[in-house]
Amino acid sequence: MVTEAIDTKTLCGQLRLKVLDLYNQAHAGHIGCSLSCIDIIAASLILRKREQDTFILSKGHAAAALYASLHHLGELTDADLASYYLNGTTLPAHPAPNKHKGIPFATGSLGHGLPIGTGIAKANKLTGENGRVFVLMSDGETNEGTTWEAAHFAMQNQLDNLIILIDKNGLQGFGYTQDVLGDTADPAKWKAIGFDVVEADGHDVQSLTSAIDEVSGRPNGVPKVVVAHTIKGKGVSYMEDRLEWHYLPMTPDQYAQAVDDVTSRYF
Amino acid sequence: MRKEFSAAMERLAREDEKIVFITGDLGYSALENLQTTMGPRFINAGVAEQNMVGVAAGMAYKGYKVFVYSIAPFAVYRCLEQFRNDVCLHNMPVFIVGNGGGYGYGIMGSSHHAIEDLACLSSLQNVNTYIPAFADEVEPMLEQIVTEARPAYLRLGAGPVTPEGAQRMGTFKQIVKSEVSRGTIVALGPVAANALKALDNQELAGQFDVFTATNLPLSLPDEQANSWTGKPMLIVEEHVSIGGLAQQLSVKLLEKGITPSKFVSLSAQGYPDGLYGSQQYHQQQSGLDTANIARQLSNFLN
Repeated sequence: MVTEAIDTKTLCGQLRLKVLDLYNQAHAGHIGCSLSCIDIIAASLILRKREQDTFILSKGHAAAALYASLHHLGELTDADLASYYLNGTTLPAHPAPNKHKGIPFATGSLGHGLPIGTGIAKANKLTGENGRVFVLMSDGETNEGTTWEAAHFAMQNQLDNLIILIDKNGLQGFGYTQDVLGDTADPAKWKAIGFDVVEADGHDVQSLTSAIDEVSGRPNGVPKVVVAHTIKGKGVSYMEDRLEWHYLPMTPDQYAQAVDDVTSRYF
Repeated sequence: MRKEFSAAMERLAREDEKIVFITGDLGYSALENLQTTMGPRFINAGVAEQNMVGVAAGMAYKGYKVFVYSIAPFAVYRCLEQFRNDVCLHNMPVFIVGNGGGYGYGIMGSSHHAIEDLACLSSLQNVNTYIPAFADEVEPMLEQIVTEARPAYLRLGAGPVTPEGAQRMGTFKQIVKSEVSRGTIVALGPVAANALKALDNQELAGQFDVFTATNLPLSLPDEQANSWTGKPMLIVEEHVSIGGLAQQLSVKLLEKGITPSKFVSLSAQGYPDGLYGSQQYHQQQSGLDTANIARQLSNFLN
């Protein structure tokens, strides 16, 4: 277990460096959003997804975190990543449709991934396949009405093969979630609908994999939510819990400091 | 056309176990048999159209061919982004079925009308729309939708049976052939019946070729387009002029250098006086009624 802890910490450090590298190369924003959910992606897509499972990044603005993770898995090449944000790329700021096996659906407009994932879970039930569906959403994204349409559909259809992962960093597009629409990702709301809800430390991979294993071990006809408590910009001191790092690109000095921060914390 | 639709769906669903049918909580007194036939492949997604289309995309990803059904405006507008992003951009076999296209729901009011649906949907990537004018067209269209297995929209209305001898060319169907051919009528959907009725008038009978457009975007063979040159042309559609048949056809004609001697477009005018009534009432308000069509055709002859 100690070895695994060291390995996952290193993994999350490596993924963070790759994410920073991509954003630096593209001189692009959405860095905080990717750093917020990278550990959740590591736990689900990299460490727990089996061949028959599906992973959907519903918060498509964290595409760089997905690209870095698919690169780690060998599903994207160095050349793919080198084209990020460039004309003629298959890796735009938000995932593109029908380009890479590891990206089953293009996302970027919030509130789409959960209905799609719900449909995949329903199809698996109809055909008797045992694939699970992971849908990674942001907490701001749960403002979208489709969240609650899909949630009720999943309950009614007993989709216990659906595992929603919520990146709950408390910040959204233009303010703290508490100040915008209130806490639409509140675990109590999911429990009230009837979901099997587990909370986890969204930056502790073992906490996340344990949560995934725990809910997967309950084939009780009830869909699952792992509410992962996170910090936007996690790993880079000056980005943590700062709204502006939803949008800003890094200067060369900021990039150097970000790399230093991650290196000192994760390696 | 709902009866024909339901019967054809039952047959197709029996033959193809990959067909799934999702309704947005509609189908009372129409889809009960289909529900029984399809069992677990018939899903009521509740009053939640956006989720319904997203779910359909997910099921299509897993190999199903998925019909989603509602009253036309509810199946089109609320979930337009889901259809665009999740279905059309991924070229998924998800097929929207909208009941009561145009002013089909009459006195139910504007919320229940779909007069901009084809402008919205036929402009999307990878999509084909099907607009039956006659009830017997529904079954072959459904077969084509399932065979093509790409995003589709089927706009149902209420129509009679196709006139005998109808002949298809591209996305057009010639339903009346004139010996003298003094002009051309192209109609979209069940309002074609009003054009046919206008030709009951003695002065007009036998003078015009009549076509329906069965799908948008259009496919217009050169030979057909050439036969329309130099003659007056009347377009009749229960849809707004922007993005509808007349606009899409006029681009095709211009691209091919075809110039009708006149080009008159009759289209849905919305709610010009802010008043509401039956489908026939709204057709009349928009000049899509038999009498106005006859007047326009008379002008062509004089």
